[in-house]
Amino acid sequence: MRSTFGSPVLDAATRLLVPFMWLFAAYVLIHGHDSPGGGFQAGVILAASLILLRLVRGQGSRPNLSSRDAVTCACAGPLLYGGIGVASLLSGGNFLDYGVLPLPMDPVQVRVIGTLGIEAGVMVGVTGVLVLIFDVLAPWDDGTV
Amino acid sequence: MINRLIVLLFVPALAVLLQAAGDLPAVGDGTSPAFTHVSPYYLERAHDETGAPNFVTAVLADYRGYDTFGELTVILTAGLACLLILGTRDDPPAPQNRDRS
Repeated sequence: MRSTFGSPVLDAATRLLVPFMWLFAAYVLIHGHDSPGGGFQAGVILAASLILLRLVRGQGSRPNLSSRDAVTCACAGPLLYGGIGVASLLSGGNFLDYGVLPLPMDPVQVRVIGTLGIEAGVMVGVTGVLVLIFDVLAPWDDGTV
Repeated sequence: MINRLIVLLFVPALAVLLQAAGDLPAVGDGTSPAFTHVSPYYLERAHDETGAPNFVTAVLADYRGYDTFGELTVILTAGLACLLILGTRDDPPAPQNRDRS
């Protein structure tokens, strides 16, 4: 593990901050249905925590996304979003009309779950893209990406 | 020469835009087109149709879900463009080969 500009103070502060950043990202994602927030904002918070870990503890530190996983996440997000759209198409509705998904709940509750699903897709995609852009801009000695 | 051409194109375009700006509705004008077409529909029906207490989410994720899908695709395209342009610089070949084998 290569410590980029780490120090014990930065390391301790990062260890303290990152779990709360993840918690806040989850809150912004889930509570985005009722309050300002949503997938884009949650993805940015999650990516900020991952980039903070990269800056302080080096790229190989764990837990973190590898560059390859970041590309996978960036592509999986739109795939999840479009997958929900196609699933509602196959369930007999219009594209992205996810109120018709065959889940054992109220139609309104199904809509809430569908909204959460596509917001989660947005979050995964935004996180992957931001980490990916950071990785291609930051030159690492081991020549990854 | 090219600067004079830019000025010749820019000044008339600016004049047209400034002229048109005078006809824009006032900020907060309730009778402007932005507030009279679909906005009342969203405000009246969004809660019953989508169950979302936050109308921004209802519009963003539900009524305009296709639009948000496009936004996400734009972000993905930007990331992939960065990867294609910046990710192909000359890597030191030795560590890569050692990692893969």
